[in-house]
Amino acid sequence: MTAPESHRAIEAVFRIESARLIAGLARIVRDVGVAEELAQDALVAALEQWPESGVPDKPGAWLMATAKHRAIDHLRRSKRLERKHEELGRELDVQRERAVPDHDAAFDDDVGDDLLRLILTACHPVLPTEGRVALTLRLLGGLTTEEIARAFLVPAPTIAQRIVRAKRTLAEKRVPFEVPRGAEREARLSSVLEVLYLVFNEGYAATAGDDWMRPALCEDALHLSRILAMLAPKEPEVHGLVALMEIQASRARARLGPGGEPVLLLEQDRGRWDQLLIRRGLAALQRAEKLGGAEGPYALQAAIAACHARARTPEATDWVRIAALYERLAAITPSPVVELNRAVAVAMAFGPAAGLEIVEALTAEPALENYYLLPSVRGDLLAKLGRSAEARTEFERAAGLTRNGRERALLLGRAATCARQAAAPEPR
Amino acid sequence: MRFMVIVKASKSSEAGELPSKQLLADMGKFNEEMMQAGVLLAGEGLQPSSKGARVKFAAGKRPMVVDGPFAETKELVAGFWLIQVKSKEEAIEWMKRCPAPMGPGQDAEIEIRQVFEAEDFPSEIFPPEAAAREQEMRDELQKKAAKR
Repeated sequence: MTAPESHRAIEAVFRIESARLIAGLARIVRDVGVAEELAQDALVAALEQWPESGVPDKPGAWLMATAKHRAIDHLRRSKRLERKHEELGRELDVQRERAVPDHDAAFDDDVGDDLLRLILTACHPVLPTEGRVALTLRLLGGLTTEEIARAFLVPAPTIAQRIVRAKRTLAEKRVPFEVPRGAEREARLSSVLEVLYLVFNEGYAATAGDDWMRPALCEDALHLSRILAMLAPKEPEVHGLVALMEIQASRARARLGPGGEPVLLLEQDRGRWDQLLIRRGLAALQRAEKLGGAEGPYALQAAIAACHARARTPEATDWVRIAALYERLAAITPSPVVELNRAVAVAMAFGPAAGLEIVEALTAEPALENYYLLPSVRGDLLAKLGRSAEARTEFERAAGLTRNGRERALLLGRAATCARQAAAPEPR
Repeated sequence: MRFMVIVKASKSSEAGELPSKQLLADMGKFNEEMMQAGVLLAGEGLQPSSKGARVKFAAGKRPMVVDGPFAETKELVAGFWLIQVKSKEEAIEWMKRCPAPMGPGQDAEIEIRQVFEAEDFPSEIFPPEAAAREQEMRDELQKKAAKR
């Protein structure tokens, strides 16, 4: 094995092991920041030793043993050894047992709990959203600062700072490394789901920059959500979120046109939808519903996505059901954005005039004042009603509001079409 | 990125012998581990080639069907996984953790192949000329919009 190759192999091992490593260490030192530093130290030790000695048979156990020795040093230095002595003894026993395959199962349960604690801590509401995002991708996703920076089109030092600040805040506020119970558990879990969906959406419909999608972010969010579903298998909304992401991700290939521009749902080549992801999404949705979570906000959104996924052609879409699902969604999470989506579904089910009626009621909504999709939808419905001149104004307004270059081009294209139709109305 | 991980056939798999209880348990555990890590997308084991067929395409001729079994055992596929990881090295690391797929003490081989993603061949589907034309059109539209 050549040296650079083994270096990459070590990084791959670390990507697989780092979340479990950090989670296990955080339980001992009760500080996520310190745990991550200890894990990094163990990686450095591996990078020094493995090129000579070769990658050990159980690299995860090696890294954990190395890091735990450093954790003991750390605790000794911080003079908390007395209190922790007993606890550590237990940790090391468990660690020794880990080397024996038969005891793996018992340990895995602990690992699962640790990982759940870690993700709940990384997404703790005490942190600002961008801190939660950076910390989650770093600690759970195993992404480097540079990778996170590239994904969010932000300079690396900015991400590094967000991570440092987030760790400091967790330490200062003495956020316990635990899985809370009852209502707090629900609230904390939904904070995790929010962070994961935010990461997914940033990849799925980039809010800034010239690329319409950044698939790597979608993959990272989906990856972490799949892990979360294994960690919290009885939480219906976790499965709902997985279902939503799997189905949305199934369309990724079809959402990009030849020039990298967005292709709208109804114009997509459905043959390019990823059937494997659709199947996985539908299965996850079924799990959410079986657990009694059909009315959860993510499960409802997944059910809507599933309606599209099941339709072989755009004409086969069950718009009446989609409109009804949006109504249920609006009932539990009332929001003008949901209402706008409902308008689109109603227009498809019952005609553009019915949809436009809902949209008109939203134009006074302050929350949508600068939301490009409002004029975009309005323009679309007006165009369908043959009111081309009004439609053109709306599309131009929408183009002026979006921050995404690709999206702007699409909207300006539609405005131009409306302008031509207004000048010389074509028979429709 | 996605990888298809192919488990090559052996004499016993081609003879239709079922894996031992122990191997099934070990494989189940390995699958579980890949699921816990959010890596495993799909996977199946395949019946021996005696239950399969080949459809051969020769130039200028109609497709010809050949029934199994097929001779070149070591080149046949006995099962596969589809996994999602960040690099080929990660895929390799995962497969080094796989229990010997034909059972302990049995020779076996796993082949790791990267799956094409949409972004792997944009220039073939979308010739650069077409992309350039698109860009021109878009620039034109932007200019027009700016004038208003």
